[in-house]
Amino acid sequence: MSNLLSLTTFLPVLGVLLLLFVPKDSKSVLRGVALAVTAVTFVVSLPILTGFQTNAEFQFVENMPWIAAGPFVMRYNIGVDGISLWLVILTTFIMPIAVLSTFTAVEEKVKEYMICLLLLETGMLGAFISLDLFLFYIFWEVMLIPMYFMIGIWGGKNRIYAAVKFFVYTMVGSLLMLVALIFLYFKGLEAGIPDFGLLQLFNLKLDLSTQIWLFMAFAFAFAIKVPMFPLHTWLPDAHTEAPTAGSVILAAILLKMGTYGYVRFAMPLFPEAAHKFAPVIATLAVIGIVYASLVAMMQEDVKKLVAYSSVAHLGFVMLGVFAFNQQGITGGMLQMLNHGVSTGALFLIVGFIYERRHTRLITDFGGLSKQMPVFATIFMIVTFSSIGLPGTNGFVGEFLVLIGAFESELRWWTIVATSGVILSAVYMLWVFQRVMFGELDNPKNQKLLDLNAREVGIMVPLIALIFFMGLYPKPFIDKMDPAIKKLVSQVRPVSMTAQAPAAIPVMPAGHPGMEIPAAEQNLPAGNAH
Amino acid sequence: MFDNVWLIPLFPLIGFLINGFFGKKIKNEAVIGGIGTLMIFLSFIVSCGILMQMIGLPAEQRVFEKVVFPWIHSGNLKVDMAFLLDPLSCVMIMVVTGVGTLIHLYSIGYMHGEEGFYRFFAYLNLFCMSMLLLVLGNNMLVMFIGWEGVGLCSYLLIGYYFHKKSAGDAAKKAFVMNRVGDFGFLIGMFTLFWWFGSNHNIWTINFTEIKAASHLLPYGGVVTVATLCFFLGATGKSAQLPLYTWLPDAMEGPTPVSALIHAATMVTAGVYMIGRMSFVFIKSPETMMVVAVIGAATAIFAATIGTAQNDIKRVLAYSTVSQLGFMFLAMGVGAFTAGIFHLMTHAFFKACLFLGSGSVIHSMHHALHHAHSHDDAQDMRNMGGLKSAMPITFITFLVSTIAIAGIPGFSGFFSKDEILWQAFSNPFHGQLNMVLWGVGAIAACFTAFYMFRLVFMTFFGECRITPKAKGHLHESPLVITIPLMVLGLLAVVGGYIGLPKLIGDMLGGIPNYFEHWLEPVFAQAHEYSTQYAHAGGHHSHSLEWGLMGLSVVIALIGITIAFTLYIKNTELPGKFTATFPALHRAVYNKWYMDELYDFAIVNPCKALGRFLWKGFDVVVIDGIVNGVANVVLGFSGIFRFIQSGLIGNYAWSMAFGVVVILGYYVFK
Repeated sequence: MSNLLSLTTFLPVLGVLLLLFVPKDSKSVLRGVALAVTAVTFVVSLPILTGFQTNAEFQFVENMPWIAAGPFVMRYNIGVDGISLWLVILTTFIMPIAVLSTFTAVEEKVKEYMICLLLLETGMLGAFISLDLFLFYIFWEVMLIPMYFMIGIWGGKNRIYAAVKFFVYTMVGSLLMLVALIFLYFKGLEAGIPDFGLLQLFNLKLDLSTQIWLFMAFAFAFAIKVPMFPLHTWLPDAHTEAPTAGSVILAAILLKMGTYGYVRFAMPLFPEAAHKFAPVIATLAVIGIVYASLVAMMQEDVKKLVAYSSVAHLGFVMLGVFAFNQQGITGGMLQMLNHGVSTGALFLIVGFIYERRHTRLITDFGGLSKQMPVFATIFMIVTFSSIGLPGTNGFVGEFLVLIGAFESELRWWTIVATSGVILSAVYMLWVFQRVMFGELDNPKNQKLLDLNAREVGIMVPLIALIFFMGLYPKPFIDKMDPAIKKLVSQVRPVSMTAQAPAAIPVMPAGHPGMEIPAAEQNLPAGNAH
Repeated sequence: MFDNVWLIPLFPLIGFLINGFFGKKIKNEAVIGGIGTLMIFLSFIVSCGILMQMIGLPAEQRVFEKVVFPWIHSGNLKVDMAFLLDPLSCVMIMVVTGVGTLIHLYSIGYMHGEEGFYRFFAYLNLFCMSMLLLVLGNNMLVMFIGWEGVGLCSYLLIGYYFHKKSAGDAAKKAFVMNRVGDFGFLIGMFTLFWWFGSNHNIWTINFTEIKAASHLLPYGGVVTVATLCFFLGATGKSAQLPLYTWLPDAMEGPTPVSALIHAATMVTAGVYMIGRMSFVFIKSPETMMVVAVIGAATAIFAATIGTAQNDIKRVLAYSTVSQLGFMFLAMGVGAFTAGIFHLMTHAFFKACLFLGSGSVIHSMHHALHHAHSHDDAQDMRNMGGLKSAMPITFITFLVSTIAIAGIPGFSGFFSKDEILWQAFSNPFHGQLNMVLWGVGAIAACFTAFYMFRLVFMTFFGECRITPKAKGHLHESPLVITIPLMVLGLLAVVGGYIGLPKLIGDMLGGIPNYFEHWLEPVFAQAHEYSTQYAHAGGHHSHSLEWGLMGLSVVIALIGITIAFTLYIKNTELPGKFTATFPALHRAVYNKWYMDELYDFAIVNPCKALGRFLWKGFDVVVIDGIVNGVANVVLGFSGIFRFIQSGLIGNYAWSMAFGVVVILGYYVFK
């Protein structure tokens, strides 16, 4: 099917239309429809995965005229490659889980809530598949609005502050990006590129100072979204106030917009500037890892703790991506998926106990293992996945990030980042101990019910993925490999490729492993100039 | 048979899955325990088959690699789930599955009636699987899965009684300290990978490939960095200075766990790792020196603490730390075979000691329970005179104690004496050799002392529990005593496969089988060592006999002191502590190491975390963010007056604007 991507992306909007006809009092119908729509979207998205050819090209491409206004020409240009493929699948995979998790959590304005969720899904999918910068920008903004409402309407006590903070932070970044985007477009026009097409813009040669300004604008917008230290303070607030499904989506997918933005746009569009800024970004990433871990350790609210742990995990992603080599970027991409699975699961877990006890304070719990053994087992698996225990998904990504970064010029940064391995164990095990171990002495906890079938059902796919991705990550890596290889060569600045022209073609075929080392060996040498 | 190596970790995995998922429903202890024990026993059978096949091969063919499935392939990094069989991993799988089977069997009796019986066996099987991955991995990453996996199981099993806060604390402490070590392990791995790759375009973390390329490694330099990082990993896992404090606390776990994980297998992983990478370690004289010094220091440091503990398991825990120190001393002086040999004999006698202490605790607990006494069942001050009530436990315990004390004829003598001899005669550390030997010898004296102190306090003298409770003391059931007897036997005879050449020659040319067996594994390392080792190393037989005799005398001195203090003049220890209260307090409180860590690391980190949160995040960053917002708000307050909605005002301002613009064009 040639328009599979469009179908996947806009199915949720069809769902919204369907929801409009459901009376707002029939909550179970609303929930059922929303679940069905997201589930169907997931099923429809699967052929994208199975039909994806393992190569570096964009696939399922749809490219047609869209808007032509004055000097501006925007096209409806979409497609996936190995980098965006998994993020699309992650999105369609997480959404039914998120919807299912709200069945008992949200009782008010169910209709509007479900509509928000579905619109959000379309926004996120659209952003991942856009190959037209302007189209990307539209989807990027579309995502913002439903999320803003979800926090502002269904959030906790401090929801208005959190929602506005979330909105303003993101908006400031987006506006800068918009300006840079338009500037880039005019540069493209001068060079004969007629539209916002990303693939053509990749070939645009910009001088270094222009690259730097544009990179800074893009990087700023994405850094807020990641979020990177010191632009992260919206995240703990947004997470604590957001309803469970909001937090799950925010952590699992929305944050990936930032890191994806770097990989898809900021780095290949402005490769030399990206190299220039690599030390700065790596520094912020590493500070983020250590800083967020230390802050997470001292949190009193479980959800805030998980939010800070997100900042630390995303720091690993950024470090890996800015290693500019195969392992680093692969690790970063895997870590994005892993974080989606593990942290999504952690927010669901927090949601489970919040729904039961209407508190998230660590001191209100203790000894829950005795009362809720199934919950304890699941919580423990997810905890160790978040810590990055070998055999779970978290390890593979983290390991590749670190080994990739260690090979690159970011060696010293890597050593600091590796200490995050210790810190994550400290804060996660400490909170686990305080919530699950010890005496069950709080009378309110003594009547807690273990997870019900629906809740277990929500968690099972995530747990399965945790182990699958940890033990057999090969399918994931294989599919993204060629696209990352291409990216690695794209982001190698011109000056470097000029010095090492023979590095890639000369390599004998059939030695895929030999290709990269030779190319990378030239990298430090080239950069020294 | 070699092709079936993957079965070895698979069986315990199956056991884990069965008991983990269905154990709660099975309920029947015999079935659960039976499955758990059977699975590890099956691994033992396969291991025996592999051992037999390997013995049948000529020495140079005793290497086999088996790729089970590809794991992480990305760019130049290729890591498979793959196993390596060689004489070293063979020794390890035999120890892990053999001792493991006995301890599983023992646990059926020991854990009888426990609420989480199924959980215990599931974890125990999972542990065995991880440990087997650790020793079988053909590359650093598979080893690392096992490495972290055993850490996880250790966490789960130390925290087995999770409702106790002390158990939860101990579990977390163990995991975190191990993670500090893992940090080192990772950096070491990265360093080697990067160095080989960027300098020689060899991108590998596979042991055999690194071994083949190890001649490219320089002496010192980057190798020192990498090996010190690896050694940090070893100090975490094997509880050496400065990362040892988790091991005594780990005694919160059930006793079989202490025997299996915290004595016989997991804690020896660091020693194994150095053995596995001997050809890298040997290339850094500096690291070898550090390993030897840390080993010797830990040996004596932990031994001193062991003399003042009253909890029977804590004495054994410090003893383990100390014995591990001996193993590292061996590794650090290039006596890899001796280190692995001591690893094996220690697995026998220390597992026996722990299981024996478990048998004692089991019986004490039972007796105290019946007497409605709340006395501590693990405190040796409550014991005494148990030898008549528990003869089998007593005899096996005594045999193992003799073995660890280093009395000739028992396994511990051969391995420990070999280590001390090598520490004295090795050609690496020049003048330091005497110090290493001396420290080791004194530590051996302490060992004999605290172990016999334990035996005397527990099994001899007057029984110090109430007569009512005393009547309930009884020998443990067969399921507990059979493993004790087997291990006790091994503690005696296990040493004869590694007779020192000196004794072997005297007995008519019995070779040191163990050394011959491991020779191909360490041959590479020995070859490198000749590059920088000092010429020395020629010591006369009479010197060797002399030192051997000396170490026997040293052991006897330790035993005599213990006998004097705890059998003959039992009031003396009290007088001693009264005379040197500060010293006793310091030793009793483990030289205040935990307090030091809290003061120097834990509390500052907490304070920093709190400051970064409440100070930096909330005040500085959000202060700026909210400040900007307030400024904007302030401006909007001003601008609000302009947007008054009165048409007249707008008309005036428009007119004003027109005038300004026109004026600009007119006058420019």
